[in-house]
Amino acid sequence: MTNNMMQDRYVLIENVNMTFQTKKGSFQALKDINLNIREGEFISIIGHSGCGKSTVLNLIAGLLQPTEGYLFCAGREIAKPGPERAVVFQNHSLLPWLTCFENVYLAVERVFGDTEGQTQLAERTRAALELVGLSHAVEKRPNEISGGMKQRVGIARALAMEPKVLLLDEPFGALDALTRAGLQDELMAIMSRSGCTAVMVTHDVDEAVLLSDRIVMMTNGPAATIGEILEVDLPRPRKRLELVEDPAYTHLRSEVLKFLYERHAKKAA
Amino acid sequence: MSVVSFNKEKTMQASEPTVKTVPAKPVVAVVKPLSTTATAAAPLLQKRGAWAATAKRVFEWLLPPVTGLLIFAAIWATVSALTQGLPGPVKTWQSAVELFSDPFYINNPNDMGIGWNILNSLKRVATGFALAAVVGIPMGFVIGRYTFMSRMAAPVISLLKPVSPLAWLPIGLLVFKAANPAAIWVIFITAVWPMIINTAVGVSKVPQDYMNVAKVLNLSEWKIVTKILLPYVMPYMMTGVRLSIGAAWLVIVAAEMLTGGVGIGFWVWDEWNNLNVEHIIIAIFIVGIVGLLLEQCLVLVAKRYSYE
Repeated sequence: MTNNMMQDRYVLIENVNMTFQTKKGSFQALKDINLNIREGEFISIIGHSGCGKSTVLNLIAGLLQPTEGYLFCAGREIAKPGPERAVVFQNHSLLPWLTCFENVYLAVERVFGDTEGQTQLAERTRAALELVGLSHAVEKRPNEISGGMKQRVGIARALAMEPKVLLLDEPFGALDALTRAGLQDELMAIMSRSGCTAVMVTHDVDEAVLLSDRIVMMTNGPAATIGEILEVDLPRPRKRLELVEDPAYTHLRSEVLKFLYERHAKKAA
Repeated sequence: MSVVSFNKEKTMQASEPTVKTVPAKPVVAVVKPLSTTATAAAPLLQKRGAWAATAKRVFEWLLPPVTGLLIFAAIWATVSALTQGLPGPVKTWQSAVELFSDPFYINNPNDMGIGWNILNSLKRVATGFALAAVVGIPMGFVIGRYTFMSRMAAPVISLLKPVSPLAWLPIGLLVFKAANPAAIWVIFITAVWPMIINTAVGVSKVPQDYMNVAKVLNLSEWKIVTKILLPYVMPYMMTGVRLSIGAAWLVIVAAEMLTGGVGIGFWVWDEWNNLNVEHIIIAIFIVGIVGLLLEQCLVLVAKRYSYE
């Protein structure tokens, strides 16, 4: 594979089918998923709940293995989780008995522990927490800080690993609207600086349009697949307030809404 | 008398708010005079109020347990008055004072002070308990972590767990050819099941989220154990340890009755042979109090090591 091709197909999902064996029999979650993600691209996966968005993310993370098909990252098959693919979990998944510093340090130590000394590792940890604006809460435990701050620690932990691909599983889903907006802006700024590839699962249309280069819209499960892919060609840096008035933004937003609520509407459960 | 003081506090409590509500009326109208009168009168009232409140809280906290103990003593005194041979609380108390005036005498190996008996029993429990922890906790980890091991251990554990630990005493005597190790062996058997089972349950309940973190971070098995499993399992483990120490202390009395030697269990049996019923009742209290203290110590340890 040439260098150029690898950049265009940095993360590659080929003919992936995913079937879960449950007590009630087998359940096909995903069918014929094909997706190329370019290096440095920000991809959102959007769809109704239960459509297998998170399953796609877990497959890229290596937490799940596809029943059929292949996944590649940087030209290598994804066989198991690895530090080059960091995950920000929806429920932050911080270890409650460790301080913010220790939570991040655990990740830093694992990735850089073999090559760097303790002071350097601590320096990286502090830098990561500073990046998400948490220098003042370094020694706090997760239950002493707010939901938004916990999620920042989760992001800091992922970024501190200097991943090639950042995987975000509804990262702001559990936060209130104001906190969410603030963190989205910060995430945008961080991503533009680091230039790493990102895949984000979300059910928030505005979030998807605001952050993404492309929006992958999924049909409803079972046997969910990629319905459409929407290019978001809004220039960066994007400003939330300016975009509200932008006809291009409004158009993209309505495209996603039409997909979700006209073509693939889900009956209320 | 206690009832009177209780009422007094109640009336004080009741009168306090009425005093406060009086100056509350002119708040809007005149601010300055109110603040001066309030600063002059408030500290004293507040102090008295606070003191009364504390006294009331302590009293209310103590009332139920003290009442319970008094009722218990009353029943005991009644029963002993109605029956022949069972000594009452007062007689037992006098005997206890005498007994504890010289707890560490040694006349001969079969006649040692009560202190020695308690210490010897504690030593056996501690040894058996420590051995059980050394074996049981790692075993619990392995069983909780690997489904194969869990399914392998399940039939053996479920078969042996309901057996009275004392049934293992003859095996201990046979293998160790001595009474003391056999008693320790019984304690080991008693203590090991709760430790294995509680640790295993804790490990198997570690949330998948944490294990996903471990997978994504690619943590080593050592880090998984020390940074995720151990802190998470600690409260479960401490429950196991508490159950174990309670059961071990229960069983030591019976084991020592059978094995003899110096120990609280043997002492009870010896006093039964001497027909010294006061001492048997005292022994019951000693066993109860020591058991309570052991468990309270472990509760403190558990609090120290829990992450919440």
